Amino acid sequence: MSKQLALVIDLNVCVGCHACVTSCKEWNTSGSAGSMPDERPYDSDPTGTFFNRVQTYEVGQYPNCETVHFPKSCLHCEDPPCVPVCPTGASYKREEDGIVLVDYDKCIGCEYCSWACPYGAREIDSQQKVMKKCTLCVDRIYDEKLPEMERKPACVLACPTSARLFGDIHDPDSTVSQAIREEGGYQLMPEWGTSPANHYLPRRKTRITIHEDELVREDNPLHKEDVYPTGPVKQTTLDDVTSW
Amino acid sequence: MNPAFSVIFLTTLIGAGQGLFIATVVGAPYLHQSGSGSFPVVASLVVFTLLVAGLIASFFHLGRPERAWRAATKWRTSWLSREVIVLPMAMLVSLVYAWIHWQDMGSQGSTQWIGWIGVAIMVLLFLCTSMIYACIKFLQEWASAVTVINFTLLGITSGLLLASGLAFLLGEPVAIEFLLVGMIVTATSMMTKLFAFYRNSRIKAHSNIQTAIGIKHRHITQRSMGMTGGSFNTRAFFHHCSEKLMANMRGIVLTLVFIVPLFLLAISVQLSQPILVWIAFIVQFLGLLAERWLFFAQANHPQNLYYQTVG
Ligand code: SF4
Ligand code: SF4
Repeated sequence: MSKQLALVIDLNVCVGCHACVTSCKEWNTSGSAGSMPDERPYDSDPTGTFFNRVQTYEVGQYPNCETVHFPKSCLHCEDPPCVPVCPTGASYKREEDGIVLVDYDKCIGCEYCSWACPYGAREIDSQQKVMKKCTLCVDRIYDEKLPEMERKPACVLACPTSARLFGDIHDPDSTVSQAIREEGGYQLMPEWGTSPANHYLPRRKTRITIHEDELVREDNPLHKEDVYPTGPVKQTTLDDVTSW
Repeated sequence: MNPAFSVIFLTTLIGAGQGLFIATVVGAPYLHQSGSGSFPVVASLVVFTLLVAGLIASFFHLGRPERAWRAATKWRTSWLSREVIVLPMAMLVSLVYAWIHWQDMGSQGSTQWIGWIGVAIMVLLFLCTSMIYACIKFLQEWASAVTVINFTLLGITSGLLLASGLAFLLGEPVAIEFLLVGMIVTATSMMTKLFAFYRNSRIKAHSNIQTAIGIKHRHITQRSMGMTGGSFNTRAFFHHCSEKLMANMRGIVLTLVFIVPLFLLAISVQLSQPILVWIAFIVQFLGLLAERWLFFAQANHPQNLYYQTVG
């Protein structure tokens, strides 16, 4: 089976800082997918082309609610509905790594592919008049001039909480495959059979049970000596008199 | 979806053209033997004009019209590409048909097979145009055979009224037959359109906010969609009109496309007033523009689930 590169986004740790959004825009507006124009950036109705957005949802009702930050970009579907509808072949899915790309020299800007993407992952570039979307930073992940550590999508490198994992989901031993397998990774809108390559890791409850005696150290936990401490707090313990 | 006027004009103009061509070919054997024989020539030239007008309208939809020829390459998978190929074929066949009839004006028969090839192309074009919409399965309002039936029937209806008007102008008695068949097809397409409205009102969306973000909870509220200004996502997929207008649109469509034309046609049969046929055609065409607008506006794109609150 060939490679399928993808992002795995951990909703449990995303803090909604938009670092991925800005670093994506910065890299891609100056890279081969650029430019990504902004219109009226300092007016009352600014707008622009982005490959990645972070949205925020409130789950539950106050006070029993949680804020979930939700980054969304092209999911590089394994069966992408946006590709076969394209009349020019400008939209295509790469055999070798499963990245879905748009050839900006072939695209006629008919917008049909954006209608055929249920996730709203494609945006028309208002200046170049062609369709744009996340390229998984195809122009940097294979760039041998970069140190190996940096051959990752810009968003992944920017994330301060490491909420974004990047790798080959067809390789069962990759970090992303493990994360999907072991941490309940899921796909968006599975009902349309698009089989998005990008997965999301759900929120998790982190709970540990702590008993009282675990908070107060017993000096002789294995009870090897017969002189038991008479009380856990009042008596001086070894911790109180030594300095290691 | 946000209706695009270029596409509204494209589909209504070529629909009328295709319908007119089909009416012309089917009606050819019934033309008056002693008549001038100019009807097939004039009608297919009008067909050609309508198809060209539709094509021009479609160019306004493209960001890069100078590359439009590329759209003919992916006919194996894309209905849009197929339409791009069949439309010029339809133009060509309408010109050929006009030319042949110009050559031997007044005698038909030997040329009729060209006409039937043309009819097949026109029907194929209806299929291509409507499948562009019907093949997107998550646009549940479109993803149905009803879409194909409606595009085809409404195009034929419009073409029949136009055929009748032209035949009246050229003094061809077949105008009356066109008119009567036009009334029958109008009434039939009213039934299928009503069925489409009924079907759409009962659609249960497969996607919801739970499947969109993958969190199974009854109460999910969007607090921010990632930007305060709009984006392509907020502009292209929603009509930004009130529910009230949407509800009224349905009445407007039914009145203009079906009820008023049927009424006018019935009177014109009674009083033999050809001008009423033309008025009926024009009113119906305006109605079809509204019908196409509504066709787009009523389609709920699942991506809108991600764009509920500015925040
Ligand atoms: S997320 Fe949308 S644009 Fe990306 S591959 Fe899937 S269908 Fe295509
Ligand atoms: S907008 Fe471009 S990429 Fe999308 S379907 Fe049209 S030609 Fe293909």
